[in-house]
Amino acid sequence: MPLKLSIVTAQRTVLERDNVSKLVVPAADGQITVLPHHAALMSSLSIGEMLVYHGDQVEAVAIHGGFFQVLNDQVSVLADAAETSDMIDEARAEAARERAERRLQGRDQDLHGGLDVLRAQLAVQRSLARVKVARRRRTGVPSQRG
Amino acid sequence: MAGGGSVRAIRDRIRSVSSTAKVTRAMELVAASKMRRAQERALASRPYSEQMIAVLSQLATFTTGGDGALLHPLLEQREVKSLAYIHITADRGLAGGLNSNMNRAGASMLLEYQPKVDRLSVIPAGRKGRDFFRRSGMSITAEFGELGDFPAFEDVRPIARVVIDDFLSGKVDQVMIGYQRFVNAAVQRPTIKQILPVQPPAGEAAKPVEFIFEPSPKELLATLLPRFVEMQIYAAVLEARASEQSARMVAMRQATDAAKEMVGDLTLAYNKARQEGITGELLDIVGGVAALEGK
Repeated sequence: MPLKLSIVTAQRTVLERDNVSKLVVPAADGQITVLPHHAALMSSLSIGEMLVYHGDQVEAVAIHGGFFQVLNDQVSVLADAAETSDMIDEARAEAARERAERRLQGRDQDLHGGLDVLRAQLAVQRSLARVKVARRRRTGVPSQRG
Repeated sequence: MAGGGSVRAIRDRIRSVSSTAKVTRAMELVAASKMRRAQERALASRPYSEQMIAVLSQLATFTTGGDGALLHPLLEQREVKSLAYIHITADRGLAGGLNSNMNRAGASMLLEYQPKVDRLSVIPAGRKGRDFFRRSGMSITAEFGELGDFPAFEDVRPIARVVIDDFLSGKVDQVMIGYQRFVNAAVQRPTIKQILPVQPPAGEAAKPVEFIFEPSPKELLATLLPRFVEMQIYAAVLEARASEQSARMVAMRQATDAAKEMVGDLTLAYNKARQEGITGELLDIVGGVAALEGK
């Protein structure tokens, strides 16, 4: 029995799939792979790329925090923000990543205290996730066996 | 010339009423299109809140640790000495009884609590409610105006931050939220509910499932509960906006209909007055001719 997946944010439903064979999730403590018949699980999410395998297709979704639950082969992802690759403009994502990295290195803006550094690090992580997901559209995703 | 002045006066009246009708008709159309969008946004946020409630009801069995201590301070039920009330209204009027009904519901809830608590404070989000509670001399801790017709989740988070901080610091023991619930385009209902302390939704009597928690339930609750509070406020604001637009649409339609009816009545009066004017003039002419002939 395949997995049912729904990725929702407070604003909208981002993705719904009911024939998912494998799911790679950026969980708080590292990547988690979810296959059908997974044990009931509740976990928080970090910032990163989620890979959704269904049929012979793979979709990438940029996830920016939140949490998810696996229960009876139903995966509910409650993301703070989430974007599929066709929602992201690669050139703009790349520009945002460069901006975020410059800011982290403190070249174009001075940072006050640890909070700003943390914020800048998060911005870099988010922009990296978006760039990665946007690139998937061109370069594809490793095959299901991979 | 009998009635000449009143004919002109009626004509001016007709002109002014029909231009009012044009304005209210335009406002009705604007409100109708905004209502559709506001309604879509409210519907689009529903899966998130439904799934969050489902997740939270699974976690609800873990609100206390092995030692019986609460796993998160936002769950703490205290004796209510200080109550805060988030009052959501529109920034603008011309929406029938929408805002005054909400204000009345909020005020009567506070009156009910007044003898039981030491301190009441209001956090208005929306100009109409803010002005109302200012006039009534209520203590206002923070106010949030100009959220716009289509507020984003980020716009609403500061409201959650204020009440969560006040609750955690012990400044308030309970937080309520009031908003116009969108039932359908014709019906909006003032609704007031508690958001703090968080009352975990009751699980639908499901047999407890052995969950793997990553990290611990305690840490999960620490991220989930503030989100839950934010989400409830966001959902309330979205509902309030959908209600506002539909109430305005209905109010403007009624105004347009009333103006059109008035134009009808005035046109009748106008024709009658004009008729009388003509008759009067004819009589004058006939009388004049008769006088000339009679000479």
